[in-house]
Amino acid sequence: MKTKDEIAKALATCGYIADAELATAISLMQLLRRPLLLEGEAGVGKTEVAKALAGVHATELIRLQCYEGLDQSSALYEWNYQRQLLAIQAHHGADADTIEDQIFSEKYLLQRPLLAAIRQEKPPVLLIDEIDRADDEFEAFLLELLSDFQVSIPELGTITAASIPHVVLTSNGTRELSDALRRRCLYHYVDYPDVDREARIIMARIDGASASLSLQIAQMVQGVRKEDLRKVPGVAETLDWAAALVGLDIRDLHDLPEVVHEALMCLLKTKEDRARMTREVIDRLLGKVA
Amino acid sequence: MSCCGDNPRFAEIDEVSCLSAQKLAAFLRTLRDNGFAAGLAEGQDAAVLMASGFAASPGLLRSALKHLFSARKSDWDRFDGLFDAFWLGKRVRSRSSTMGATKAVSSPSLKSLQDKGARDSPSVSDQVPSAGGAPEGRGGEGRMEGASRAENLGETDFRNLADPDQVEQAHAAAARLAKAMRTRLTRRDLARRRGYRLDLRRTIHRNISHGGVPISLVKRRRKIKPLRLIVLLDASGSMSMYTGVFLRFVHGVLDEFREAEAFLFHTRLAHVSDAMKEKDAARALDRLSILAQGAGGGTRIGESLATFNRHHAARVIHSRSCVMIVSDGYETGDAKLLGREMAALTKRCRRIVWLNPMMAWEGYTPVAAGIQAALPHVDLYAPANTLKSLGALEPYLAKL
Repeated sequence: MKTKDEIAKALATCGYIADAELATAISLMQLLRRPLLLEGEAGVGKTEVAKALAGVHATELIRLQCYEGLDQSSALYEWNYQRQLLAIQAHHGADADTIEDQIFSEKYLLQRPLLAAIRQEKPPVLLIDEIDRADDEFEAFLLELLSDFQVSIPELGTITAASIPHVVLTSNGTRELSDALRRRCLYHYVDYPDVDREARIIMARIDGASASLSLQIAQMVQGVRKEDLRKVPGVAETLDWAAALVGLDIRDLHDLPEVVHEALMCLLKTKEDRARMTREVIDRLLGKVA
Repeated sequence: MSCCGDNPRFAEIDEVSCLSAQKLAAFLRTLRDNGFAAGLAEGQDAAVLMASGFAASPGLLRSALKHLFSARKSDWDRFDGLFDAFWLGKRVRSRSSTMGATKAVSSPSLKSLQDKGARDSPSVSDQVPSAGGAPEGRGGEGRMEGASRAENLGETDFRNLADPDQVEQAHAAAARLAKAMRTRLTRRDLARRRGYRLDLRRTIHRNISHGGVPISLVKRRRKIKPLRLIVLLDASGSMSMYTGVFLRFVHGVLDEFREAEAFLFHTRLAHVSDAMKEKDAARALDRLSILAQGAGGGTRIGESLATFNRHHAARVIHSRSCVMIVSDGYETGDAKLLGREMAALTKRCRRIVWLNPMMAWEGYTPVAAGIQAALPHVDLYAPANTLKSLGALEPYLAKL
């Protein structure tokens, strides 16, 4: 088991600059074997946490993207009906029991992410993304799986987890999750990074972004976030903008305000927001940037 | 309330001294009083992590316990203050101290709580006169203008509604509305024997035993999904005569709908669903009073709607939601903002119903700037000052 500081360092080498509390959360995941529930605005890097975690443990990342109507057959397992039918036709006239044993075997089982995750020898990172988009029924089913880590398939019997995966759930808050699921999990609220951390993220992710430019970009984005916008730019948008600026060969935000203004559209995703960020507003924000 | 320190399981963890276990148990109690869902399992885990080096520094322990005990953003934001107050003896923030005050009388009788509420926070009980007193207190006090017994109950204006029976009927009206609106069709299919579309995959599966000859068919049909009703209730001064009955109505809505949310607004917006779902009436009153702090003055409908759109809409509204705004539309803030926010809200939800109790008043015309700005975005604008007019909504809502 790794300590908090080791985890922070390992995350950094995987390209994820974590705040101190997230490292604590990850060490708790190991200690208490509870899933980690990440909540936060869109674009603050919740999914990235899981990817970095897989890097830290040097293990596989298995991702289940939730959507409305997601059910067990696409999340857990399903029989490969077409192959089963072909097998029946091919073995026409054979003993019924033999055929049955054959077509309800591993060979005809389609593993979906959840089943795949619990059957790995080395515990993988299981990312259950946007759990708030799934239905209540699925949430209840997931709760059962996360406490027992075993699945019963009527035709095959019970499959117990070979190893307990590191489970990360993310939620954007489009629906209130059940209290039971919340209680089962460790909770971490992912906030927008502060200037310092955002600058370090830019440096880690964008090749060719100098320390001074990264800091300027981070300060500018902080200013933009404080404006009254419909869609507040997330870290992903910041990185897009930084990549655009680096691509345009800009060394300092004050050099070419025209180009900076054009490129700033990377941050703004709705028509109203674009209308709101006039030249005056941008110049005012630029004035505050060191 | 049971004390975790007495639990024998805690004794098993010998690394944690008895003293710190007791302190931890007391902390768990504090958390529970502040609305955290800290159960036995969490307590045990807390003991485990205290024993495994997380208690080395207050900062580390706080961070670790915060992840363990928080379940939502509000918990997350409050935890640091509670932790510092309990473990480090720092001054408790005003919010948790108000909460603490309720703790002292968490179990006694309903009456003593109400008395206490009135004594401690007169301003609060002034502002939400109807919050808890609506059903029980109102009838006997006779504060309202008297209702003529001869009148038809259904047509009595809510202003004159004093009889507990009639208030009860407001609840019943809400229940009827709920029944009419409860279930709606969705586009999600459900496998069924009878349906309009063939489910090929399941049909093949079902017929494997026939060697693949499709004898029994599986079909799909639309799954029924509950409609969600979100009520935004204006609790400002100009509406005070109606707030009581509508609170009762909201209570009915929350009781009867499988999915409903309620918000109160005056100069700002408060999410009251949890407070109103509280089973203990006295506690509900208490929580409502805290939420309603700072009421009075005008009505900032636009700003309240902006708060709603920004912080709550994504969570509480889905494609099968109906938003019901109960307000007289007297906007003291910026009417243009109200128009803008109404437009934003229209994009999110299925229907907007605006109930205006003043509408049935003689000589009332919607000339106030606020209602003028809002009306273009409203799907149904209806009076709601009598039980009859509430009942008249039923057929409309049933069609949603």
